[in-house]
Amino acid sequence: MAKSVAIKKKRAAGDDAQSQDAIFRGTSGGDATLNDATFKDKKSVRGTPNAALPAFILGEELANLADKDPRIAVLTADLANANRTNDFKRRHPDRFFNLGIAEKNMMTIAAGMASCGHVTYAATFASFCAILGAEQIKTDCAYPAMPVRLIGHHSGMSMGFYGTSHHALEDLAITRTIADLTVVCATDANHLRAILRASVDHPGAMYIRLGRGRDPEVYPEVPKSFRIGKAATLRKGDDMTIICCGSVVRASLDAADILAKRGISVRVIDMHTIKPLDAGAVRKAARETGAILTVEEHNVTGGLGTAVAEVLVEEDRIPFQRHGVPDEFVPVGPPAALYAHYKLNAEGIAKKAQTFLAKAGKH
Amino acid sequence: MSTLAARKGHNKQHEMLQDRAMFVRLETLRLSRICGAGHYSSTFSAAELFAALYYSHLRLDPKKPKWPDRDRFVLSKGHAAIGLYPILADLGYYKMSALDNYTKLGSHFGDHPNMKHIPGIDFSSGSLGHGLSIGVGMALAGRMQNRPYRTYVMLGDGELSEGQIWEAAMAAGHFKLQGLVAIVDRNQLCIDGHTEEVMGVEPIGDRFKSFGWDVQRIDGHDFDAIMPALANLKPAGNGRPQVIIADTIKGRGVKRMELSLQWHVANLAGQDYDDAAAEIRAGLQPLAKVGKNRG
Repeated sequence: MAKSVAIKKKRAAGDDAQSQDAIFRGTSGGDATLNDATFKDKKSVRGTPNAALPAFILGEELANLADKDPRIAVLTADLANANRTNDFKRRHPDRFFNLGIAEKNMMTIAAGMASCGHVTYAATFASFCAILGAEQIKTDCAYPAMPVRLIGHHSGMSMGFYGTSHHALEDLAITRTIADLTVVCATDANHLRAILRASVDHPGAMYIRLGRGRDPEVYPEVPKSFRIGKAATLRKGDDMTIICCGSVVRASLDAADILAKRGISVRVIDMHTIKPLDAGAVRKAARETGAILTVEEHNVTGGLGTAVAEVLVEEDRIPFQRHGVPDEFVPVGPPAALYAHYKLNAEGIAKKAQTFLAKAGKH
Repeated sequence: MSTLAARKGHNKQHEMLQDRAMFVRLETLRLSRICGAGHYSSTFSAAELFAALYYSHLRLDPKKPKWPDRDRFVLSKGHAAIGLYPILADLGYYKMSALDNYTKLGSHFGDHPNMKHIPGIDFSSGSLGHGLSIGVGMALAGRMQNRPYRTYVMLGDGELSEGQIWEAAMAAGHFKLQGLVAIVDRNQLCIDGHTEEVMGVEPIGDRFKSFGWDVQRIDGHDFDAIMPALANLKPAGNGRPQVIIADTIKGRGVKRMELSLQWHVANLAGQDYDDAAAEIRAGLQPLAKVGKNRG
């Protein structure tokens, strides 16, 4: 049964957006004894290098690719600042198109351009991408196999206090059910660079899910081994596997560190490609570690956890649990507070994993 | 060339086009019979427009369906594809016999066109309201690639209720896509009734004008009106996008279908089929009913 909690948040210094003292009422889970450090939002850290901010490299990396490839064109819907496609516009003004606040139009136009030989990148908030343009993605992009790359940035609940209209916790569930659509989640800036480079000649349409552009670093350099559809094992472990993606990969790795100190050896897999899912990596993890916890910044219904469950249900039974946002609308709050509330920060994931293992009789 | 000879040539071309419009209607009957259902009336309203575009106006090479400089044609009202398939076969994109298993399991030809499998189809369609955005994308691509082609989008009048049409109309005006040509098949009916009773789309011309478009309004069954309107179109370039609003009659060519709500999707069988075919072969007759809002 869900319990209501009231949490008082204190000022995170130097961060205007987060500076208001906020009180939010959660509707499930939650921990009434969170301290200030828990709420320190990564956004508020001064001097974070731009390279660690995925959305901030989006325009730059696309412009680099476009230097060598005349097919590349970029579209956005009045969010050129938020997603930094402005950096592309500066270098390739003839191949940049701002459609204003008309996302469906943007997606279909991107498909029309693609039919004439272009590889098009259409970027908007994730909250106004898959759920708003699902039919355009299906009918105009995926079905005719157009090389359109739909980029949903500020996904999950990373828009925090902007509220449900600006949260995207359904996008993986929606895109995953569209045939011939490739679905990839960026983990950090370098990872996004790898995804974009691999995307140029990838056949058919893609949905690329980005965090808020401030996701903490996981890959210190652009991963050379990156392949769409091939999961990356980031940490070895024998007692269980955390399969995660996107913004929660860093937190999952940190959780594995915490658990290691408690004598629990955790494998961590970055399942960046949700579709086609690397089912082989899931089976291998099940066989070798005997317990799987999925972690995602998404509704637990229909996303990564469900995709992994669809693989496991056809295998020998092992302890398995999905961890993410429960099937509810998220309360208003700063992102870091929401991650703590839903146990999607390192400490929360560690707690969740330990409880899971205890229940499974493994620890 | 003397005026008389020019006139003769003109008459000859119109006869040819009338014959091809008749061919579109007869093939629509034939293919509908294979399938057991067909969008007769929405195709009949566009028969003259199809004939004029494909047999006289569009810059195409059926031997090179992917020719990058070809004019683009997007059938936003994809349910009229049954009238376009026979034209593409007739022009040599594929054999006419490819249509013999129309809509059967394994056929490339469904009620709505699939660009992946059908040479000459520039974009798949079927969900109304998308085509004009596709056209904007194609026109912008032409500009990026410095290619002189024009992009034609055939819209139904009912689909003008879709908001995305106006998002695209706004973008086309904003980007000054003179190479984008919309042709509205103003056949007056959507599925549930007259457009002005179900959801009013008039004044179509004023609406496009206010979005920055040049507007022509013509009789969409009269080649003496269609051909000059097409000839009037400006080439691709920086300027106002262009729309031709073609006043047509849904079901034109078969009396019982004209402005009737019963024939949006239907099936003609037995004697009905033969009667309709005979009527079509006799050519367009004076209208039984007069439309409510002719331009």
